Amino acid sequence: MNTLALGLDRTRVELKQYAREKEAVFFNFLFPILMLGLFSVIFSGQFDDPESKAIDLNAGRMFLPGMIAAGVLLTSFQTMALAVAVERDDGTLKRIRSTPLPPVAYFLGKIGLVAVTSVAQVVVLLAIAKFAFHVTLPTDSGRWLTFLWVFGLGIVSGVVLGIAYSSLGTARSVGAVVIAPVLILQFISGVYFPFKSIPDWMQITASVFPLKWIAQGMRSVFLPEGMVADEMARSWEHGRTAAILVAWSIIGLILCVRAFKWFKRGTT
Amino acid sequence: MEAAITLRGLRKTYAGHAAVDGIDLEVREGECFALLGPNGAGKTTTVEILEGFRKPDEGQVSVLGTNPWEAPRHWRNRIGIVLQSSTGLDNLTPREVLTTTAKAYTNPRSVEEVIDAVGLEEKADARIAGLSGGQRRRVDVGLGIIGRPELLFLDEPTTGFDPQARRDFWGLIERLGAQGTTILLTTHYLDEAEHLADRVGVVAAGKLLALDTPANLGGRNTEEAIVTWEEAGTRHTVRTATPTAEVSRLAARLGGPTGEVPGLTVARPTLEDIYLQLIAPHLADSTSADTTGGAR
Repeated sequence: MNTLALGLDRTRVELKQYAREKEAVFFNFLFPILMLGLFSVIFSGQFDDPESKAIDLNAGRMFLPGMIAAGVLLTSFQTMALAVAVERDDGTLKRIRSTPLPPVAYFLGKIGLVAVTSVAQVVVLLAIAKFAFHVTLPTDSGRWLTFLWVFGLGIVSGVVLGIAYSSLGTARSVGAVVIAPVLILQFISGVYFPFKSIPDWMQITASVFPLKWIAQGMRSVFLPEGMVADEMARSWEHGRTAAILVAWSIIGLILCVRAFKWFKRGTT
Repeated sequence: MEAAITLRGLRKTYAGHAAVDGIDLEVREGECFALLGPNGAGKTTTVEILEGFRKPDEGQVSVLGTNPWEAPRHWRNRIGIVLQSSTGLDNLTPREVLTTTAKAYTNPRSVEEVIDAVGLEEKADARIAGLSGGQRRRVDVGLGIIGRPELLFLDEPTTGFDPQARRDFWGLIERLGAQGTTILLTTHYLDEAEHLADRVGVVAAGKLLALDTPANLGGRNTEEAIVTWEEAGTRHTVRTATPTAEVSRLAARLGGPTGEVPGLTVARPTLEDIYLQLIAPHLADSTSADTTGGAR
């Protein structure tokens, strides 16, 4: 079989394993969906004012961009960092390395897994937002184009950074090493709170990492145009967002290629 | 017969400590060869060099005519590796794992054939998470042989098995050997080596101490035998190079009308006795090798 066909087969196997792993399904796949539901219900009373009604803003619409951004981070970065660290530790990578499977096919399988789960997740998020919480979704193609490139770059940077980051943890420490920073990033990047209500130094810290930019890009897609005034730069900064996400993707790719290890420390 | 594996002057050093300190070895095609040795003796390092996972510092290595460290990926079509323990497949079934692994090889065995060979017919569609230790090991072996390897590496394959599972497993390995697969086995169980291996090599402190058939290792066949019997209520023991003559004399002296000597036993040293004698002088060495982080 050629590498592409093997990659597709790996994707199938990865999806099976993922779907059968209840923790992964909950913490990566369902988490943003549940959070969107919770936030939409809890804060529904805060958007009853005529001002919000005039711009068609409700709690669901307010939190949807953040939850999509968090979902991108979880299904790409967190899934990759956790899975690869565990697979390095439990010998899965060594077993794969002991067969003639091309390494590229292994990574294609991972990319396929992330592509399928993240697209499925965002579809569910959008459907719930629209049908359960009556969020007005954009209708112009320009906004959906922005959505596509922000989503795509978010996923690509998340995958390569996740694979690179996996080298920092072992199966035992990986929970703390991966989940803690991911959680903190979500809090300081404007996922759960409006970004403008976060202290300056936290905003600056968050601006180094991709999540803030993914969330901002998603806000530019889903929020009413006038809310650009709430942004730090009074602009959606699409150019800068693209540049930063591309930069992180390149850095991640270089780290992957240079630092990827098939065997856990101390064995080989 | 051609050599499946050839090692000449193999050396591998970690932080100034020689994990493998000049090993020469030849494993013939179709042979089952057992590598014995205490933990930290250099066994795992040697095997991992043969598997292409570690780079030797010195010496010549040829596995199926190729230097494993520089082997192209298709070389892995011809070898099978059964790793010491494999987890991470819990959410799949043996059939799913074998099917996807088979796709990486150019000339794999059929999945059905392998499930049959490793005796997993009844568990083929059960999640691996629910299998017993022995059944999981069968999955590992199945993964090792799915690619129809000419050479199979088995790393401590029966650790944690109950006696019946070990017997069944040995049967499986013997059948593979009968099909012409060359097998390199590492094990801590001397009876396993004795049962399966055509030849055994004993490694300690990075050196090959002895190399022979299990029956002849360390002069086992010519060692003095121990004859014991009962006489007047006490047990007597004699070490002798000529046990047959000794038994004849005893039979004449004590046998009476039936010719039976009371409580007679004749024992040769076991493979374990010989092995322990061989490695005894190196045990202090190998313990330090373990702590300085040789193999694993």
